[in-house]
Amino acid sequence: MTTPLLSVENLQTQFETAEGTVRAVDGISFDVHEGEIVGLVGESGAGKSVAISSVLRLVESPGEIVGGEIRFRGETLLSFEEGPNGERRQSPESLSNKEFRQRIRGREIATIFQDPMESLNPVFTIGSQLQEFIEINRELPPKDARDVAIETLREVDIPKPEDRFDDYPHEFSGGMRQRVLIAMAIACQPSLILADEPTTALDVTVEGQILNLVSNLQEEYGTSFVWVTHDLAVVADICDRVNVMYLGQMAEQADVHDLFDNTKHPYTEALLQSVPRPDKTVESLTPIEGVMPEAINPPSGCRFHPRCPDAREVCREVNPEPRNVSDTDNRHNAACVKHDVFDVDYEHSTPIQSEGDEFGEDLQVTEGSR
Amino acid sequence: MAAETEETEDQEYESRVGASYMLSRLLQDTTARISLILIAIISGMALFAFIDAEFLDYRLAETYLYHPLRNNAGTRPLLPPVGLSNQFGEGVLAHPLGTDTRGRDLAVRLLYGSRIAIQIALVSTTIGVVVGTTVGAVSGYYGGWIDDVLMRFVEILYSIPFLVLVIAFMAAFGRELIYAMIGVSIISIPIFARLIRSEVLSIREETYVEAAQAAGVKDRNILLRHVIPNSFAPVVVQTTLQMGTNILIVAGLSFLGFGAQPPTPSWGQMLSIARNYMLPAPWFSVWPGLAILITVMAFNILGDGLRDTLDPRLEN
Repeated sequence: MTTPLLSVENLQTQFETAEGTVRAVDGISFDVHEGEIVGLVGESGAGKSVAISSVLRLVESPGEIVGGEIRFRGETLLSFEEGPNGERRQSPESLSNKEFRQRIRGREIATIFQDPMESLNPVFTIGSQLQEFIEINRELPPKDARDVAIETLREVDIPKPEDRFDDYPHEFSGGMRQRVLIAMAIACQPSLILADEPTTALDVTVEGQILNLVSNLQEEYGTSFVWVTHDLAVVADICDRVNVMYLGQMAEQADVHDLFDNTKHPYTEALLQSVPRPDKTVESLTPIEGVMPEAINPPSGCRFHPRCPDAREVCREVNPEPRNVSDTDNRHNAACVKHDVFDVDYEHSTPIQSEGDEFGEDLQVTEGSR
Repeated sequence: MAAETEETEDQEYESRVGASYMLSRLLQDTTARISLILIAIISGMALFAFIDAEFLDYRLAETYLYHPLRNNAGTRPLLPPVGLSNQFGEGVLAHPLGTDTRGRDLAVRLLYGSRIAIQIALVSTTIGVVVGTTVGAVSGYYGGWIDDVLMRFVEILYSIPFLVLVIAFMAAFGRELIYAMIGVSIISIPIFARLIRSEVLSIREETYVEAAQAAGVKDRNILLRHVIPNSFAPVVVQTTLQMGTNILIVAGLSFLGFGAQPPTPSWGQMLSIARNYMLPAPWFSVWPGLAILITVMAFNILGDGLRDTLDPRLEN
């Protein structure tokens, strides 16, 4: 197998708060290969955005990356080692912050943010912001950068880019601004774009246009994407592989077809069941019961067990790492002990009754008060 | 439909950028317009006086007016307004505002005093804005120990009574006007530093700042291009208000004998001499007092007008 473009291993990011340590990202691993669109899916609060910020080292205090290894094209961007007193510290192989900023951010890994309304500086023109990014990351003189900027704006289907170059962000609609943000990301010709829910703030028709645009650009440039979303329809539409996150950990990792046709994790199953579809009535939708617990005090054992329909006693004790559970050659990781590879005697464990269960009761109350 | 109205509101709100837009809105306000005109007149006088004094050695003044520093031969000291005679001949408008204790024309001295006032407003406030903004923005953007060190320093400056600070500063360096201006600029640093820091604290959390970081822009450029321009509106307002305050402070210093030294005409120093003649020659103290009042008020009204223009919350 070739070296992945981006490889994240056992990444851990936590936030120190007054109430305690929040492990927002708790040991996730995933790979992104050249020319691939990888989905990162999960409910709000699953740690998707924190994972993205961690890759870019944009986690701000009180947040801190405390462990894991990130490699880009085989080069170590971040790794940790034991210090002399047993504490964990960044190993010297990690790229320095300055080098990281100059070589990686924007140049190799670009970002598209969620909210197109907030992601552009209101006091400067679209063009000057785009040009600034191009000048920095491609080391072009201002005049050439301007030409590249206009060309990129044309590529993301902004009509009359020469005229719109000197317009301010407020003169653009939401969809247009998102196109500008995409232009900013691709203009620097990165090999990987991290897209943090880029279509969430847009309406469905514009979302469709943007998705088409992204697929076209992806084919043209061969750029890899990490596409963060909570919308499984978007995942089905554009992703090659999918990572499903739950409460800071990976639940399931598979090719997009395997994930939808041959779901291996109850959480993914539940997510799929709760997506509204034209061929289903509201009654036949099965929402996932309850809400995601706080990451500050995660449930013991498997983090999904309080809400899991298949939970058994053993799930309270064992917190499984994702393992390959595939019957075919395609790798298909799932972190659920009901698969035989885990070998924790799930078969003979007593199923957890949702009534009488502490968590279950709480959830019943939440449900009733709605 | 709802989305559409939101869009237009959004647009109206956000189109409040750009200097020309700001100026056009400012000019809709009558009081702000008057204050701008007043400041323009005073600045014009100051420019005239500046050119004449620095480059032409008072030639313009001597040819067309009276020399502001020297006594005029044959002129009575403490001549009341609407004077009677001078070397150019006789007439009621020879000394329209009267003369001072040495027979110098008050109108000319007031005109040349405006140079000092505007100079103070520009120099001391500019130093205060530049240093204060830098300190505050760096402090707010980087946070951590940089913030702690810089802000403690600023708070120490803030806690010393300003007149004591400036007088101590001038006692150490000298009584000249330039030290008065530097001293006053030092006391305006904390005001600007604290003001912009509070703005920067909220602006640095904006997504476009994060986007710039993610694109690999240097922290310094993020500060200069993205953070400071977006947090500058209250500083603009405070700058105009501070100009008025600084003129007042330096006038007070001149009154106490610190600042522009005689015979250089400054309004505060004219007041200082005039206080001994308040009953026999009230015009002597009234004119410089009025000049200070009008100038400071003009800057304050302009500041209020700017605040109305720049702050969308004050829109009715």
